Amino acid sequence: MAFLSYLINGMGLGSVYAIIALGYTMVYGIAKMLNFAHGDVIMIGAYTAFYCLTVFKFSTFTSILIAVLLCTVLGILIERFAYKPLRKASSLSVLITAIGVSYFLQNLAQILFGTNPKVFPELMRNSTFSLFDGQLTLSYKTLLTIIVCILIMILLTIFVNKTKTGKAMRACSQDKEAAQLMGINVDNTISITFALGSGLAAIAAVLLCMTYSTFTPTLGSMPGIKAFTAAVFGGIGSIPGAFVGGLLLGIIETLTKAYLSTQLSDAIVFMVLIIVLLIRPTGLLGKKVHEKV
Amino acid sequence: MKKTIRKIFDKKHISRTISYLVVIAGFVIIQLLMNTIGIKSLFRSLLVPTCCYIVVALALNLVVGVSGELSLGHSGFMAVGAFTGIIISGLLEPYLAINWLRLLIAMFVGGIMAGIVGLFISVPVLKLQGDYLAIVTLAFCQIIKSLLNNVYLGVDINGLHFSFVENRISLAQGGRMLLSGPMGAIAITRLATFTAGFLLILFTLLIIYNLTYSRFGRSIMAARDNRIAAESVGIHIRNTKMLAFVISAILAGMAGALFGLNYSTLQPAKFDFNLSILILVYVVLGGLGNMTGTIISTMILYALPELLRGLQDYRMLIYSIILILIMLVTNNQTLKEKTENLITKIKSRFLKKGSVAHD
Amino acid sequence: MTKLVQYPSGAYVLERDADRTPVLETYHLGIDFGGLSAVNNFNIIVGPTEISGLIGPNGAGKTTVFNLLTKVYQPSKGTILVNGHDTSKMSTVDVNKAGVARTFQNIRLFENMSVVDNVKVAMHNSMHYNPLTAIFRTPKYYKEEKRIHQKALELLDIFNMSDLAETEAGSLPYGAQRKLEIVRALATKPSLLLLDEPAAGMNPNETKELMETIRGIRDKFNIAIILIEHDMSLVMNICEGIAVLNYGRIIAKGTPKDIQNNPVVIEAYLGKPEQED
Repeated sequence: MAFLSYLINGMGLGSVYAIIALGYTMVYGIAKMLNFAHGDVIMIGAYTAFYCLTVFKFSTFTSILIAVLLCTVLGILIERFAYKPLRKASSLSVLITAIGVSYFLQNLAQILFGTNPKVFPELMRNSTFSLFDGQLTLSYKTLLTIIVCILIMILLTIFVNKTKTGKAMRACSQDKEAAQLMGINVDNTISITFALGSGLAAIAAVLLCMTYSTFTPTLGSMPGIKAFTAAVFGGIGSIPGAFVGGLLLGIIETLTKAYLSTQLSDAIVFMVLIIVLLIRPTGLLGKKVHEKV
Repeated sequence: MKKTIRKIFDKKHISRTISYLVVIAGFVIIQLLMNTIGIKSLFRSLLVPTCCYIVVALALNLVVGVSGELSLGHSGFMAVGAFTGIIISGLLEPYLAINWLRLLIAMFVGGIMAGIVGLFISVPVLKLQGDYLAIVTLAFCQIIKSLLNNVYLGVDINGLHFSFVENRISLAQGGRMLLSGPMGAIAITRLATFTAGFLLILFTLLIIYNLTYSRFGRSIMAARDNRIAAESVGIHIRNTKMLAFVISAILAGMAGALFGLNYSTLQPAKFDFNLSILILVYVVLGGLGNMTGTIISTMILYALPELLRGLQDYRMLIYSIILILIMLVTNNQTLKEKTENLITKIKSRFLKKGSVAHD
Repeated sequence: MTKLVQYPSGAYVLERDADRTPVLETYHLGIDFGGLSAVNNFNIIVGPTEISGLIGPNGAGKTTVFNLLTKVYQPSKGTILVNGHDTSKMSTVDVNKAGVARTFQNIRLFENMSVVDNVKVAMHNSMHYNPLTAIFRTPKYYKEEKRIHQKALELLDIFNMSDLAETEAGSLPYGAQRKLEIVRALATKPSLLLLDEPAAGMNPNETKELMETIRGIRDKFNIAIILIEHDMSLVMNICEGIAVLNYGRIIAKGTPKDIQNNPVVIEAYLGKPEQED
């Protein structure tokens, strides 16, 4: 029974990773770049929601909405000012720029909000419920996280497959030039992708803060890297891949903490990344691409 | 004789000559200052770390600038070098009283250990390219830090004692702990000197330049500039890149050993991802592949904010903005042209003023 | 005119190559990209001193053949023998060491390096000193560097490019860049040279010069050359054997004369009947 509870808690954590991983995977799919600053967008989302809830005393729903909107705008701005001018540059330059953006956001937050951890207000009474005669105790938070994640996955899959914008996104991720010739506005489509990913980051931020309750300006970096691991694990560019990768990674991390060592859990998660990249660099659900010579 | 002198100053080697001159001039000036008017102890305490950062930045430039692969794991190699160096120096202390020799051995072994780790890591890392490669070096750096955080090592009359994750070491009378998990190393005998740092920089420049102007340097750059063409003329990309990577790791390890032996206590947490980024900033600002630039940018960016304490809080913010701007200006054609125009405008205005003043 | 004779296998080669191992043999060579076959059942035999042409309409799979021969792509099926050695387990680097060198359709020089360094890069494998020698600059380093510099200059001299030795490769005019790519390929001492559209973007005079150059290379270095080319006058003039590729398959093989008179080729490739003779 203990195992089952770890498994479900792992799925809860994994759901958060999956939502963050979506941001990486969509951006990588379309712009072919690792958006290193994605984790820090999460952090900005967390602070926004925090100040909305505590200082401005907005309702939970309004606060989350504002956080989502702000992150969406932030994502578009980052893309417009830092990444768009580098569309034709080498991946090395783009990655260094992304690291620069990540550091800019982190240090800006440190100056604006201070380095002391903030305590995130309780959005739900930390109520738990028991199953199997009290042998299995689960919290509503974990359940909510998993449900939110599944909902997002379903909505996103429908969006990408059924709507015009979603189809434009898929076209751009396969061949930008061809998409442009078909009358798709590539720049706008990339902006929309960043906007979507960043908006989701805000939701992930709230879920993360509900789980960990305290946060600092470096909130996003670890989950960011882990979510990237999840995205690679599932196959970068693939939306179901992000979901599968996120869940698996969350489960692996939780089980490692429970049965092996808390201190080494990060090391083990990174080992997973390395092994996956070596054995199957295209991930579980990714496709192989040929380089044109 | 004439021929050698001409060779030192010809177009191809001038950048190398300038690098050496900058380093030697810097050393001489600081030595003069120390021996005449004297310098503040704060400044003095920055000398060795500055040397170490210069060496690591040069080593990283060999990988990022010359070999064209982004490594985010160099703080990991520094950590390996630092703690190996501390252990070696600690073990040798009772037997070898000559400090500089102990430092030399510690740096040598630290470099070799980092090189071995680098070799071990480079096998999987160099199977990958681009962003994946970068993220895996980052992953390895985190793994190294995690492992070091869990290592306990003590020495007493019975020999070495090792334990992992939990400290289960009980030492005999007179025994010392060399590493204690997250606490790192404590009561280190400080061996590092500015002269050692200076010599290490010269050694690093020697290795990097000699490697660059050899058949290996040519293949490393060929592999960077056009992978497929390089393969088509028989250059083994992975071996070539591995050479640059391992040499870079060795140099970072040596710098790490010097760095570690400059403090009386040192925690593994010091060598986190932020340190890798900081060094990357020095490299990018100095210019990819430009060694003199790297030396100057490290001196300015590391030492300056330390001296101007007020800037401390804003340091990383300013660095990140500079980092983004430099990448944008050097990689975007329109921005590049605009900046160049601006510079020529400023230059011409400045020159005009100068000539007017002359009249 | 050169005479063709038959190998025991039944394939035709030039008379002068008849008693030597072919430099290249391919059997049933093919590759699929995601289920679509780009090249299929590609069989050729090239003698050690033959200049042969690979022609066909755009998208016929010509460059893909070169990429297969140099192992940039791994074949889905079939065998490639270079000088009689099976290359199935070889990488691009190994194939080069086995004697195949190439140029690229879209020029791939090391643009930031000087012309002579471009050539020296290709001589990497004929230099013999290790990294420690390089770092600590023993006499061997100086001896080897001097030797290879001399050799690179000699090679450039053959192509009248030694004046440009210290010029940055990327700043050379287009024609010189194409020529440098050939020099670089030759610096690896190949027994088979693959030229991917060497005349692309050249004016008629340059093409004529190139024709002489290619013939000169074969005569001086005594090697085989396969070229992909759209300039029919060039192909018909210098090639001794021609293979025509369409939709990834060889539709005709033979001497220039055979190809010119082959109705299948005319229909599939040359199109109009008022083709030059």
